Amino acid sequence: MPIIKTEALTHVYSKGSPFESVALENINIEIAQGEFVGLIGHTGSGKSTFVQHLNGLLLPTNGRVLMDGADINSSKKLRHEIRFKVGLVFQYPEYQLFEETVYKDISFGPRNMKLSKQEIDERVREAAGFVGVPESLFEKSPLEISGGQKRRVAIAGVIAMRPDVLILDEPTAGLDPEGCESILNNISDYRRATGATIILVSHSMEDIAKISERLIVFDGGHIVMDDSPMEVFSQADRLRSIGLDVPVVTDIATRLRELSIYVPECCYTVSQLRDAILSLKKGGSSC
Amino acid sequence: MSSIIQVKDVVFRYEGEEEPVLNKTTLEIEQGAFVVILGHNGSGKSTLAKHLNGILTPDEGSIFVDGMDTRDYEKLLDIRRTVGMVFQNPDNQMVASVVEDDVAFAPENLGLPPDEIRARVDEALKLVDMYEYRLHAPHLLSGGQKQRVAIAGVIAMRPRCIVLDEPTAMLDPAGRHEVIGTIKRLCRMNGITIVLITHHMNEAIDADRVFVMSNGKVVSEGTPKEVFSNVESLKAEGLTVPDTAELLYELKLAGFEFPAGTLTVEECARAISSALK
Ligand SMILES: Nc1ncnc2c1ncn2[C@@H]1O[C@H](COP(=O)(O)OP(=O)(O)O)[C@@H](O)[C@H]1O
Ligand SMILES: Nc1ncnc2c1ncn2[C@@H]1O[C@H](COP(=O)(O)OP(=O)(O)O)[C@@H](O)[C@H]1O
Ligand SMILES: [Mg+2]
Ligand SMILES: [Mg+2]
Repeated sequence: MPIIKTEALTHVYSKGSPFESVALENINIEIAQGEFVGLIGHTGSGKSTFVQHLNGLLLPTNGRVLMDGADINSSKKLRHEIRFKVGLVFQYPEYQLFEETVYKDISFGPRNMKLSKQEIDERVREAAGFVGVPESLFEKSPLEISGGQKRRVAIAGVIAMRPDVLILDEPTAGLDPEGCESILNNISDYRRATGATIILVSHSMEDIAKISERLIVFDGGHIVMDDSPMEVFSQADRLRSIGLDVPVVTDIATRLRELSIYVPECCYTVSQLRDAILSLKKGGSSC
Repeated sequence: MSSIIQVKDVVFRYEGEEEPVLNKTTLEIEQGAFVVILGHNGSGKSTLAKHLNGILTPDEGSIFVDGMDTRDYEKLLDIRRTVGMVFQNPDNQMVASVVEDDVAFAPENLGLPPDEIRARVDEALKLVDMYEYRLHAPHLLSGGQKQRVAIAGVIAMRPRCIVLDEPTAMLDPAGRHEVIGTIKRLCRMNGITIVLITHHMNEAIDADRVFVMSNGKVVSEGTPKEVFSNVESLKAEGLTVPDTAELLYELKLAGFEFPAGTLTVEECARAISSALK
Protein backbone atom coordinates (compact mmCIF):
# COMPACT_ATOMS: atom_id res chain seq x y z
CA MET A 1 0.00 0.00 0.00
CA PRO A 2 1.38 3.47 -0.80
CA ILE A 3 2.04 5.63 2.25
CA ILE A 4 0.45 8.61 0.49
CA LYS A 5 -2.20 8.59 -2.17
CA THR A 6 -4.30 11.37 -3.63
CA GLU A 7 -7.50 10.69 -5.54
CA ALA A 8 -8.79 13.35 -7.91
CA LEU A 9 -7.43 16.01 -5.56
CA THR A 10 -8.62 19.47 -6.57
CA HIS A 11 -8.07 22.77 -4.80
CA VAL A 12 -9.79 26.03 -5.63
CA TYR A 13 -8.84 29.17 -3.71
CA SER A 14 -11.58 31.74 -2.98
CA LYS A 15 -14.23 29.55 -4.56
CA GLY A 16 -17.27 31.47 -5.71
CA SER A 17 -15.59 34.87 -5.45
CA PRO A 18 -14.33 36.95 -8.39
CA PHE A 19 -10.81 35.93 -7.31
CA GLU A 20 -11.51 32.21 -7.67
CA SER A 21 -8.36 30.38 -8.72
CA VAL A 22 -7.88 26.68 -9.43
CA ALA A 23 -4.53 25.79 -7.89
CA LEU A 24 -4.75 22.00 -8.28
CA GLU A 25 -6.92 20.00 -10.62
CA ASN A 26 -7.52 16.27 -10.47
CA ILE A 27 -4.21 15.17 -8.95
CA ASN A 28 -3.83 11.39 -8.70
CA ILE A 29 -0.58 10.28 -7.20
CA GLU A 30 0.85 7.43 -5.14
CA ILE A 31 4.01 7.69 -3.11
CA ALA A 32 5.58 4.58 -1.56
CA GLN A 33 7.18 4.32 1.86
CA GLY A 34 10.84 5.35 1.69
CA GLU A 35 10.74 7.05 -1.70
CA PHE A 36 12.76 10.22 -2.32
CA VAL A 37 10.62 12.43 -4.52
CA GLY A 38 11.60 15.77 -6.07
CA LEU A 39 8.81 18.22 -6.85
CA ILE A 40 9.48 20.87 -9.49
CA GLY A 41 7.34 23.44 -11.30
CA HIS A 42 7.25 27.16 -12.06
CA THR A 43 6.15 29.63 -9.39
CA GLY A 44 2.39 29.34 -9.02
CA SER A 45 2.23 25.82 -10.50
CA GLY A 46 0.67 24.44 -7.31
CA LYS A 47 3.60 22.85 -5.44
CA SER A 48 3.03 24.54 -2.09
CA THR A 49 -0.73 23.99 -2.27
CA PHE A 50 -0.10 20.31 -2.97
CA VAL A 51 2.28 19.73 -0.08
CA GLN A 52 -0.04 21.53 2.34
CA HIS A 53 -2.72 18.99 1.44
CA LEU A 54 -0.40 16.14 2.34
CA ASN A 55 -0.35 17.14 5.97
CA GLY A 56 -3.91 18.28 6.22
CA LEU A 57 -3.33 22.03 6.37
CA LEU A 58 -5.81 22.56 3.52
CA LEU A 59 -9.10 20.82 2.86
CA PRO A 60 -9.65 19.45 -0.65
CA THR A 61 -12.26 21.27 -2.72
CA ASN A 62 -12.74 17.87 -4.32
CA GLY A 63 -11.08 14.49 -4.01
CA ARG A 64 -9.26 12.78 -1.16
CA VAL A 65 -5.85 12.49 0.45
CA LEU A 66 -5.07 9.04 1.88
CA MET A 67 -2.35 8.18 4.35
CA ASP A 68 -1.76 4.44 4.83
CA GLY A 69 -5.07 3.93 3.10
CA ALA A 70 -7.17 6.18 5.36
CA ASP A 71 -8.71 9.48 4.26
CA ILE A 72 -6.87 12.01 6.43
CA ASN A 73 -9.84 14.34 6.43
CA SER A 74 -12.38 11.72 7.47
CA SER A 75 -12.05 12.31 11.21
CA LYS A 76 -10.76 14.91 13.64
CA LYS A 77 -8.42 12.34 15.13
CA LEU A 78 -6.75 11.57 11.79
CA ARG A 79 -6.46 15.24 10.92
CA HIS A 80 -4.68 15.77 14.22
CA GLU A 81 -2.35 12.78 13.84
CA ILE A 82 -1.34 13.63 10.29
CA ARG A 83 0.48 16.76 11.51
CA PHE A 84 2.97 14.56 13.34
CA LYS A 85 3.22 11.79 10.76
CA VAL A 86 3.83 14.17 7.87
CA GLY A 87 6.32 16.86 8.79
CA LEU A 88 6.21 19.96 6.60
CA VAL A 89 9.04 22.47 6.52
CA PHE A 90 7.66 25.65 4.96
CA GLN A 91 9.43 27.98 2.58
CA TYR A 92 11.62 30.41 4.57
CA PRO A 93 10.71 28.64 7.83
CA GLU A 94 13.07 30.84 9.81
CA TYR A 95 10.43 33.56 9.84
CA GLN A 96 8.21 31.28 11.91
CA LEU A 97 10.53 30.76 14.85
CA PHE A 98 8.77 32.32 17.81
CA GLU A 99 9.97 30.77 21.07
CA GLU A 100 12.43 32.40 23.48
CA THR A 101 15.12 29.81 22.95
CA VAL A 102 16.36 27.51 20.23
CA TYR A 103 15.67 24.51 22.50
CA LYS A 104 12.04 25.52 23.03
CA ASP A 105 11.57 26.04 19.31
CA ILE A 106 12.87 22.60 18.41
CA SER A 107 10.80 21.00 21.21
CA PHE A 108 7.54 22.68 20.19
CA GLY A 109 6.32 19.75 18.04
CA PRO A 110 7.20 16.95 20.48
CA ARG A 111 5.58 18.93 23.33
CA ASN A 112 2.36 19.05 21.29
CA MET A 113 2.60 15.32 20.89
CA LYS A 114 2.31 15.05 24.68
CA LEU A 115 5.54 13.05 25.03
CA SER A 116 7.39 12.68 28.34
CA LYS A 117 9.98 15.26 29.24
CA GLN A 118 12.75 12.76 28.77
CA GLU A 119 11.47 11.66 25.37
CA ILE A 120 11.18 15.29 24.28
CA ASP A 121 14.74 15.97 25.36
CA GLU A 122 16.01 12.93 23.49
CA ARG A 123 14.26 14.00 20.31
CA VAL A 124 15.46 17.59 20.48
CA ARG A 125 19.07 16.45 20.78
CA GLU A 126 18.68 13.89 18.04
CA ALA A 127 17.02 16.36 15.65
CA ALA A 128 19.61 19.06 16.38
CA GLY A 129 22.30 16.47 15.64
CA PHE A 130 20.78 15.63 12.26
CA VAL A 131 20.91 19.22 11.06
CA GLY A 132 24.12 20.29 12.79
CA VAL A 133 22.72 22.69 15.38
CA PRO A 134 25.30 22.58 18.23
CA GLU A 135 23.94 22.23 21.78
CA SER A 136 25.79 25.42 22.68
CA LEU A 137 23.03 27.28 20.81
CA PHE A 138 20.15 25.68 22.75
CA GLU A 139 19.71 28.51 25.25
CA LYS A 140 20.19 31.31 22.70
CA SER A 141 17.30 33.29 21.32
CA PRO A 142 16.49 32.43 17.69
CA LEU A 143 16.92 36.16 17.02
CA GLU A 144 20.61 35.98 17.92
CA ILE A 145 21.68 33.29 15.47
CA SER A 146 22.52 33.56 11.77
CA GLY A 147 20.02 33.03 8.96
CA GLY A 148 21.53 29.67 8.00
CA GLN A 149 21.32 28.45 11.60
CA LYS A 150 17.72 29.61 11.92
CA ARG A 151 16.84 27.55 8.87
CA ARG A 152 18.43 24.50 10.54
CA VAL A 153 16.57 25.09 13.78
CA ALA A 154 13.29 25.24 11.88
CA ILE A 155 14.06 21.96 10.11
CA ALA A 156 15.10 20.36 13.41
CA GLY A 157 11.72 21.37 14.87
CA VAL A 158 9.98 19.26 12.24
CA ILE A 159 12.43 16.35 12.40
CA ALA A 160 11.96 16.23 16.20
CA MET A 161 8.46 14.87 15.56
CA ARG A 162 10.12 11.93 13.76
CA PRO A 163 7.73 12.17 10.85
CA ASP A 164 7.30 9.16 8.54
CA VAL A 165 7.09 11.61 5.68
CA LEU A 166 9.34 14.67 5.64
CA ILE A 167 8.37 17.40 3.18
CA LEU A 168 10.62 20.40 2.58
CA ASP A 169 9.44 23.38 0.52
CA GLU A 170 12.53 24.99 -1.05
CA PRO A 171 14.77 24.37 1.98
CA THR A 172 17.95 25.70 0.37
CA ALA A 173 16.66 28.98 -1.13
CA GLY A 174 19.05 31.84 -0.33
CA LEU A 175 21.75 29.67 1.25
CA ASP A 176 25.35 29.70 0.08
CA PRO A 177 26.64 26.60 -1.78
CA GLU A 178 28.13 25.01 1.31
CA GLY A 179 24.94 25.64 3.30
CA CYS A 180 22.85 24.07 0.51
CA GLU A 181 25.02 21.03 0.28
CA SER A 182 25.07 20.41 3.99
CA ILE A 183 21.28 20.72 4.33
CA LEU A 184 20.79 18.26 1.46
CA ASN A 185 23.23 15.89 3.18
CA ASN A 186 21.31 16.27 6.47
CA ILE A 187 18.10 15.30 4.70
CA SER A 188 19.74 12.22 3.18
CA ASP A 189 21.15 11.28 6.59
CA TYR A 190 17.71 11.53 8.14
CA ARG A 191 16.27 9.31 5.49
CA ARG A 192 19.06 6.75 5.81
CA ALA A 193 18.67 6.61 9.57
CA THR A 194 14.88 6.42 9.66
CA GLY A 195 13.72 5.09 6.30
CA ALA A 196 11.40 8.10 6.05
CA THR A 197 9.75 9.15 2.81
CA ILE A 198 11.13 12.48 1.59
CA ILE A 199 9.44 15.04 -0.66
CA LEU A 200 11.68 17.90 -1.69
CA VAL A 201 10.42 21.00 -3.51
CA SER A 202 13.20 22.96 -5.22
CA HIS A 203 13.93 25.43 -8.00
CA SER A 204 17.45 24.13 -8.31
CA MET A 205 17.56 21.45 -10.99
CA GLU A 206 21.12 20.64 -9.86
CA ASP A 207 20.02 19.91 -6.27
CA ILE A 208 17.03 17.89 -7.40
CA ALA A 209 19.23 15.91 -9.79
CA LYS A 210 21.73 15.05 -7.07
CA ILE A 211 19.28 13.70 -4.58
CA SER A 212 15.88 12.54 -5.93
CA GLU A 213 14.93 9.15 -7.31
CA ARG A 214 11.65 10.26 -8.79
CA LEU A 215 10.57 13.62 -10.16
CA ILE A 216 7.04 14.98 -10.21
CA VAL A 217 6.61 18.01 -12.46
CA PHE A 218 3.79 20.51 -11.91
CA ASP A 219 2.50 22.96 -14.47
CA GLY A 220 -0.58 25.12 -13.99
CA GLY A 221 -2.07 22.93 -11.25
CA HIS A 222 -1.53 19.67 -13.13
CA ILE A 223 1.07 16.94 -12.94
CA VAL A 224 2.64 16.88 -16.39
CA MET A 225 5.50 14.44 -15.80
CA ASP A 226 6.14 11.79 -13.16
CA ASP A 227 9.22 9.74 -13.88
CA SER A 228 12.87 9.07 -13.10
CA PRO A 229 15.20 12.09 -13.22
CA MET A 230 16.80 10.53 -16.29
CA GLU A 231 13.52 10.44 -18.22
CA VAL A 232 12.43 13.89 -17.05
CA PHE A 233 15.76 15.58 -17.78
CA SER A 234 15.88 14.01 -21.23
CA GLN A 235 13.03 16.36 -22.19
CA ALA A 236 14.90 19.66 -22.03
CA ASP A 237 12.69 21.52 -24.52
CA ARG A 238 9.50 20.51 -22.78
CA LEU A 239 10.88 21.51 -19.38
CA ARG A 240 12.00 24.89 -20.71
CA SER A 241 8.59 25.50 -22.26
CA ILE A 242 7.03 25.28 -18.79
CA GLY A 243 9.50 27.59 -17.07
CA LEU A 244 11.92 24.93 -15.88
CA ASP A 245 15.33 23.81 -17.03
CA VAL A 246 17.72 20.88 -17.03
CA PRO A 247 20.92 20.71 -14.96
CA VAL A 248 23.95 22.27 -16.68
CA VAL A 249 25.52 18.81 -16.73
CA THR A 250 22.67 17.55 -18.93
CA ASP A 251 23.44 20.35 -21.40
CA ILE A 252 27.11 19.40 -21.45
CA ALA A 253 26.23 15.73 -22.00
CA THR A 254 23.86 16.60 -24.85
CA ARG A 255 26.52 18.75 -26.51
CA LEU A 256 29.07 15.94 -26.10
CA ARG A 257 26.78 13.51 -27.89
CA GLU A 258 26.42 16.03 -30.72
CA LEU A 259 30.22 16.03 -30.89
CA SER A 260 30.13 12.22 -31.21
CA ILE A 261 31.19 11.57 -27.61
CA TYR A 262 28.54 9.07 -26.69
CA VAL A 263 28.02 9.55 -22.97
CA PRO A 264 24.82 7.84 -21.80
CA GLU A 265 21.53 9.71 -21.26
CA CYS A 266 21.57 8.94 -17.56
CA CYS A 267 24.22 11.56 -16.77
CA TYR A 268 22.79 14.58 -14.99
CA THR A 269 25.18 15.15 -12.11
CA VAL A 270 28.87 16.12 -12.23
CA SER A 271 30.01 12.82 -10.75
CA GLN A 272 27.89 10.73 -13.13
CA LEU A 273 29.24 12.55 -16.16
CA ARG A 274 32.79 12.38 -14.86
CA ASP A 275 32.50 8.61 -14.43
CA ALA A 276 30.98 8.22 -17.89
CA ILE A 277 33.82 10.19 -19.49
CA LEU A 278 36.43 8.24 -17.55
CA SER A 279 34.97 4.94 -18.69
CA LEU A 280 34.83 6.18 -22.30
CA LYS A 281 38.52 6.97 -22.00
CA LYS A 282 39.17 3.43 -20.87
CA GLY A 283 37.19 2.25 -23.86
CA GLY A 284 34.01 1.19 -22.05
CA SER A 285 30.59 2.74 -21.74
CA SER A 286 28.27 2.23 -18.85
CA CYS A 287 25.48 3.90 -16.98
CA MET B 1 38.03 52.87 -18.53
CA SER B 2 37.41 54.86 -15.39
CA SER B 3 35.90 53.61 -12.19
CA ILE B 4 32.43 54.61 -11.02
CA ILE B 5 32.74 53.24 -7.47
CA GLN B 6 35.83 53.20 -5.30
CA VAL B 7 35.69 51.41 -1.96
CA LYS B 8 38.85 51.91 0.05
CA ASP B 9 39.77 50.20 3.34
CA VAL B 10 36.21 50.39 4.59
CA VAL B 11 35.57 49.34 8.18
CA PHE B 12 31.98 49.14 9.40
CA ARG B 13 30.32 47.93 12.61
CA TYR B 14 26.59 47.73 13.23
CA GLU B 15 25.59 49.77 16.25
CA GLY B 16 26.34 48.06 19.54
CA GLU B 17 28.41 45.32 17.89
CA GLU B 18 32.07 44.78 18.59
CA GLU B 19 33.19 42.85 15.53
CA PRO B 20 33.39 44.81 12.31
CA VAL B 21 31.24 43.36 9.50
CA LEU B 22 33.35 45.11 6.87
CA ASN B 23 36.98 44.87 7.80
CA LYS B 24 39.14 46.86 5.41
CA THR B 25 37.10 46.11 2.31
CA THR B 26 38.69 47.49 -0.83
CA LEU B 27 37.40 47.26 -4.37
CA GLU B 28 36.93 49.32 -7.49
CA ILE B 29 34.11 49.04 -10.03
CA GLU B 30 34.65 50.12 -13.61
CA GLN B 31 32.09 52.29 -15.34
CA GLY B 32 29.91 50.10 -17.58
CA ALA B 33 31.15 46.78 -16.23
CA PHE B 34 29.17 43.70 -15.22
CA VAL B 35 30.52 42.83 -11.79
CA VAL B 36 29.59 39.87 -9.60
CA ILE B 37 30.15 39.63 -5.85
CA LEU B 38 30.28 36.16 -4.29
CA GLY B 39 30.71 35.15 -0.67
CA HIS B 40 29.33 32.84 2.00
CA ASN B 41 26.25 33.80 4.02
CA GLY B 42 27.24 36.46 6.53
CA SER B 43 30.41 37.51 4.68
CA GLY B 44 29.19 41.11 4.46
CA LYS B 45 27.84 41.32 0.90
CA SER B 46 24.53 42.98 1.76
CA THR B 47 26.24 45.34 4.16
CA LEU B 48 28.63 46.33 1.38
CA ALA B 49 25.74 46.74 -1.08
CA LYS B 50 24.04 49.19 1.30
CA HIS B 51 27.27 51.19 1.38
CA LEU B 52 27.30 51.60 -2.39
CA ASN B 53 24.42 54.07 -2.41
CA GLY B 54 24.85 55.61 0.99
CA ILE B 55 22.17 53.68 2.93
CA LEU B 56 25.08 52.90 5.27
CA THR B 57 28.31 54.87 5.54
CA PRO B 58 31.77 53.66 6.60
CA ASP B 59 33.19 54.08 10.12
CA GLU B 60 36.67 54.14 8.61
CA GLY B 61 37.95 54.27 5.05
CA SER B 62 36.00 55.83 2.21
CA ILE B 63 33.59 55.20 -0.62
CA PHE B 64 33.42 57.40 -3.68
CA VAL B 65 30.54 57.12 -6.13
CA ASP B 66 31.23 58.94 -9.36
CA GLY B 67 33.64 61.13 -7.41
CA MET B 68 31.17 61.84 -4.58
CA ASP B 69 32.04 60.88 -1.00
CA THR B 70 29.11 58.86 0.43
CA ARG B 71 29.63 60.56 3.80
CA ASP B 72 28.90 63.93 2.24
CA TYR B 73 25.26 64.39 3.22
CA GLU B 74 24.70 67.08 0.59
CA LYS B 75 25.52 64.57 -2.14
CA LEU B 76 23.22 61.81 -0.86
CA LEU B 77 20.42 62.48 -3.32
CA ASP B 78 22.83 62.53 -6.27
CA ILE B 79 24.42 59.31 -5.04
CA ARG B 80 21.03 57.59 -4.78
CA ARG B 81 20.26 58.72 -8.33
CA THR B 82 23.56 57.37 -9.57
CA VAL B 83 23.30 53.96 -7.90
CA GLY B 84 19.95 52.14 -7.72
CA MET B 85 19.25 49.05 -5.59
CA VAL B 86 17.18 45.91 -6.21
CA PHE B 87 16.65 43.43 -3.37
CA GLN B 88 15.91 39.73 -3.01
CA ASN B 89 12.20 39.66 -2.30
CA PRO B 90 10.16 41.15 -5.15
CA ASP B 91 7.03 41.27 -2.99
CA ASN B 92 8.59 43.72 -0.56
CA GLN B 93 9.51 46.13 -3.34
CA MET B 94 6.07 46.74 -4.84
CA VAL B 95 4.24 49.79 -3.57
CA ALA B 96 1.43 50.48 -6.05
CA SER B 97 -1.51 48.43 -7.34
CA VAL B 98 -0.72 48.99 -11.02
CA VAL B 99 2.66 48.19 -12.61
CA GLU B 100 3.23 51.60 -14.22
CA ASP B 101 2.40 53.46 -11.01
CA ASP B 102 4.96 51.35 -9.25
CA VAL B 103 7.61 52.31 -11.77
CA ALA B 104 6.57 55.97 -11.57
CA PHE B 105 6.89 56.06 -7.79
CA ALA B 106 10.51 57.19 -7.53
CA PRO B 107 10.49 59.74 -10.40
CA GLU B 108 7.32 61.22 -8.93
CA ASN B 109 9.12 61.68 -5.65
CA LEU B 110 11.80 63.58 -7.52
CA GLY B 111 9.09 66.05 -8.51
CA LEU B 112 9.67 65.62 -12.26
CA PRO B 113 7.06 67.04 -14.68
CA PRO B 114 4.30 64.54 -15.72
CA ASP B 115 5.50 64.30 -19.37
CA GLU B 116 8.97 63.47 -18.24
CA ILE B 117 7.68 60.84 -15.80
CA ARG B 118 5.50 59.28 -18.52
CA ALA B 119 8.45 59.10 -20.90
CA ARG B 120 10.75 57.58 -18.30
CA VAL B 121 8.22 54.98 -17.17
CA ASP B 122 7.52 53.85 -20.73
CA GLU B 123 11.20 53.70 -21.54
CA ALA B 124 12.02 51.76 -18.37
CA LEU B 125 9.22 49.23 -18.91
CA LYS B 126 10.32 48.69 -22.51
CA LEU B 127 13.93 48.15 -21.42
CA VAL B 128 12.92 45.28 -19.11
CA ASP B 129 10.40 43.95 -21.62
CA MET B 130 7.38 44.57 -19.39
CA TYR B 131 5.68 47.36 -21.36
CA GLU B 132 2.66 45.18 -22.26
CA TYR B 133 2.08 44.58 -18.57
CA ARG B 134 2.02 48.27 -17.64
CA LEU B 135 -1.64 48.19 -16.57
CA HIS B 136 -1.46 44.86 -14.74
CA ALA B 137 -1.63 44.35 -10.97
CA PRO B 138 1.89 43.58 -9.65
CA HIS B 139 0.73 40.86 -7.26
CA LEU B 140 -0.53 38.76 -10.17
CA LEU B 141 2.84 38.73 -11.95
CA SER B 142 5.36 35.88 -11.75
CA GLY B 143 8.45 36.32 -9.60
CA GLY B 144 10.68 37.06 -12.60
CA GLN B 145 8.21 39.65 -13.89
CA LYS B 146 8.01 41.32 -10.47
CA GLN B 147 11.80 41.58 -10.31
CA ARG B 148 11.87 43.11 -13.79
CA VAL B 149 9.31 45.69 -12.68
CA ALA B 150 11.50 46.42 -9.65
CA ILE B 151 14.44 46.90 -12.03
CA ALA B 152 12.30 49.22 -14.19
CA GLY B 153 11.49 51.28 -11.08
CA VAL B 154 15.21 51.76 -10.57
CA ILE B 155 15.91 52.49 -14.27
CA ALA B 156 13.29 55.22 -14.25
CA MET B 157 15.71 57.16 -12.05
CA ARG B 158 18.25 56.89 -14.92
CA PRO B 159 21.00 55.49 -12.68
CA ARG B 160 24.45 54.79 -14.06
CA CYS B 161 24.82 51.76 -11.82
CA ILE B 162 22.40 49.15 -10.45
CA VAL B 163 23.26 46.98 -7.46
CA LEU B 164 21.19 43.78 -7.23
CA ASP B 165 21.34 41.84 -3.95
CA GLU B 166 20.49 38.18 -4.70
CA PRO B 167 17.68 39.15 -7.08
CA THR B 168 17.21 35.55 -8.28
CA ALA B 169 17.27 33.72 -4.94
CA MET B 170 13.49 33.31 -4.81
CA LEU B 171 12.87 32.71 -8.51
CA ASP B 172 12.17 29.63 -10.61
CA PRO B 173 14.53 28.78 -13.51
CA ALA B 174 12.58 30.85 -16.06
CA GLY B 175 12.48 33.82 -13.68
CA ARG B 176 16.24 33.57 -13.16
CA HIS B 177 16.85 33.56 -16.92
CA GLU B 178 14.60 36.59 -17.43
CA VAL B 179 16.30 38.65 -14.72
CA ILE B 180 19.87 37.73 -15.64
CA GLY B 181 19.13 38.26 -19.35
CA THR B 182 17.65 41.68 -18.57
CA ILE B 183 20.56 42.91 -16.48
CA LYS B 184 23.16 41.69 -18.96
CA ARG B 185 21.32 43.54 -21.72
CA LEU B 186 21.14 46.73 -19.66
CA CYS B 187 24.86 46.50 -19.15
CA ARG B 188 25.93 45.60 -22.68
CA MET B 189 23.40 47.64 -24.68
CA ASN B 190 22.74 50.59 -22.40
CA GLY B 191 26.07 50.91 -20.65
CA ILE B 192 24.61 50.64 -17.14
CA THR B 193 27.12 49.34 -14.61
CA ILE B 194 25.78 46.18 -12.96
CA VAL B 195 26.81 44.88 -9.55
CA LEU B 196 25.23 41.47 -9.00
CA ILE B 197 25.39 39.66 -5.66
CA THR B 198 24.56 35.98 -6.07
CA HIS B 199 25.04 32.41 -4.85
CA HIS B 200 24.45 30.99 -8.33
CA MET B 201 27.92 30.53 -9.77
CA ASN B 202 26.54 30.05 -13.28
CA GLU B 203 25.31 33.68 -13.25
CA ALA B 204 28.92 34.87 -12.92
CA ILE B 205 30.27 33.20 -16.05
CA ASP B 206 29.84 36.26 -18.30
CA ALA B 207 30.95 38.85 -15.74
CA ASP B 208 33.80 41.23 -16.49
CA ARG B 209 35.04 40.96 -12.94
CA VAL B 210 34.27 38.76 -9.93
CA PHE B 211 34.97 39.67 -6.30
CA VAL B 212 34.92 37.05 -3.55
CA MET B 213 34.17 38.27 -0.03
CA SER B 214 34.92 36.48 3.19
CA ASN B 215 34.57 37.88 6.71
CA GLY B 216 34.26 41.46 5.54
CA LYS B 217 37.20 41.42 3.15
CA VAL B 218 37.68 40.90 -0.55
CA VAL B 219 39.78 37.72 -0.57
CA SER B 220 39.99 37.15 -4.29
CA GLU B 221 39.21 39.06 -7.48
CA GLY B 222 39.68 38.66 -11.17
CA THR B 223 37.94 37.58 -14.35
CA PRO B 224 35.58 34.61 -13.95
CA LYS B 225 38.24 32.45 -15.62
CA GLU B 226 40.81 33.48 -13.05
CA VAL B 227 38.56 33.24 -10.01
CA PHE B 228 36.94 29.93 -10.94
CA SER B 229 40.28 28.29 -11.65
CA ASN B 230 40.96 28.27 -7.89
CA VAL B 231 38.48 25.52 -7.14
CA GLU B 232 40.03 24.54 -3.83
CA SER B 233 40.28 28.02 -2.38
CA LEU B 234 36.66 28.79 -3.33
CA LYS B 235 35.52 25.60 -1.63
CA ALA B 236 37.45 26.63 1.44
CA GLU B 237 35.31 29.81 1.42
CA GLY B 238 32.08 27.78 1.44
CA LEU B 239 31.57 28.48 -2.25
CA THR B 240 31.80 26.40 -5.35
CA VAL B 241 32.46 26.86 -9.07
CA PRO B 242 30.10 26.56 -12.04
CA ASP B 243 29.34 22.91 -12.88
CA THR B 244 31.35 23.21 -16.11
CA ALA B 245 34.48 24.12 -14.14
CA GLU B 246 33.69 21.52 -11.47
CA LEU B 247 33.49 18.75 -14.08
CA LEU B 248 36.78 19.73 -15.70
CA TYR B 249 38.41 20.01 -12.28
CA GLU B 250 37.31 16.49 -11.35
CA LEU B 251 38.51 15.12 -14.70
CA LYS B 252 41.87 16.83 -14.19
CA LEU B 253 42.19 15.08 -10.84
CA ALA B 254 41.71 11.85 -12.78
CA GLY B 255 44.57 12.67 -15.14
CA PHE B 256 42.97 14.67 -17.97
CA GLU B 257 44.59 17.84 -19.26
CA PHE B 258 42.61 20.90 -20.33
CA PRO B 259 43.34 24.49 -21.26
CA ALA B 260 42.73 26.81 -18.27
CA GLY B 261 39.58 28.83 -17.69
CA THR B 262 36.86 26.93 -19.50
CA LEU B 263 33.40 28.01 -18.30
CA THR B 264 30.67 27.87 -20.95
CA VAL B 265 28.90 24.63 -21.86
CA GLU B 266 30.22 24.87 -25.41
CA GLU B 267 33.86 25.40 -24.34
CA CYS B 268 33.55 22.64 -21.79
CA ALA B 269 32.14 20.09 -24.25
CA ARG B 270 34.81 20.97 -26.83
CA ALA B 271 37.61 20.70 -24.28
CA ILE B 272 36.43 17.21 -23.27
CA SER B 273 35.97 16.19 -26.87
CA SER B 274 39.51 17.16 -27.85
CA ALA B 275 40.97 15.57 -24.73
CA LEU B 276 39.31 12.27 -25.65
CA LYS B 277 40.40 12.29 -29.28
N1 LIG C 1 -3.80 31.74 -0.13
C1 LIG C 1 -4.08 31.84 -1.45
N2 LIG C 1 -5.19 32.48 -1.90
C2 LIG C 1 -5.47 32.55 -3.22
N3 LIG C 1 -4.70 32.02 -4.19
C3 LIG C 1 -3.59 31.37 -3.80
C4 LIG C 1 -3.21 31.24 -2.43
N4 LIG C 1 -2.06 30.54 -2.35
C5 LIG C 1 -1.73 30.24 -3.63
N5 LIG C 1 -2.64 30.74 -4.50
C6 LIG C 1 -2.63 30.58 -5.96
O1 LIG C 1 -2.64 29.20 -6.25
C7 LIG C 1 -1.74 28.89 -7.31
C8 LIG C 1 -0.72 27.88 -6.86
O2 LIG C 1 0.12 28.50 -5.88
P1 LIG C 1 1.22 27.71 -5.06
O3 LIG C 1 0.65 26.42 -4.60
O4 LIG C 1 1.76 28.63 -4.03
O5 LIG C 1 2.31 27.42 -6.19
P2 LIG C 1 3.90 27.17 -6.10
O6 LIG C 1 4.22 26.70 -4.70
O7 LIG C 1 4.16 26.14 -7.15
O8 LIG C 1 4.57 28.47 -6.41
C9 LIG C 1 -1.15 30.22 -7.76
O9 LIG C 1 -1.90 30.69 -8.85
C10 LIG C 1 -1.34 31.11 -6.57
O10 LIG C 1 -1.49 32.47 -6.96
N1 LIG D 1 21.18 45.21 11.05
C1 LIG D 1 22.18 44.44 11.55
N2 LIG D 1 22.56 44.56 12.83
C2 LIG D 1 23.57 43.79 13.34
N3 LIG D 1 24.25 42.88 12.63
C3 LIG D 1 23.92 42.72 11.35
C4 LIG D 1 22.86 43.49 10.73
N4 LIG D 1 22.75 43.11 9.44
C5 LIG D 1 23.68 42.15 9.26
N5 LIG D 1 24.39 41.92 10.39
C6 LIG D 1 25.49 40.95 10.55
O1 LIG D 1 26.54 41.32 9.68
C7 LIG D 1 27.17 40.18 9.10
C8 LIG D 1 27.17 40.32 7.58
O2 LIG D 1 25.82 40.30 7.13
P1 LIG D 1 25.42 40.58 5.63
O3 LIG D 1 26.05 41.83 5.16
O4 LIG D 1 23.94 40.47 5.57
O5 LIG D 1 26.12 39.33 4.90
P2 LIG D 1 25.74 38.58 3.52
O6 LIG D 1 24.85 39.49 2.73
O7 LIG D 1 27.06 38.32 2.90
O8 LIG D 1 25.06 37.30 3.92
C9 LIG D 1 26.40 38.98 9.61
O9 LIG D 1 27.14 38.43 10.68
C10 LIG D 1 25.10 39.56 10.11
O10 LIG D 1 24.58 38.79 11.17
MG1 LIG E 1 5.66 27.56 -3.33
MG1 LIG F 1 22.89 39.19 1.95
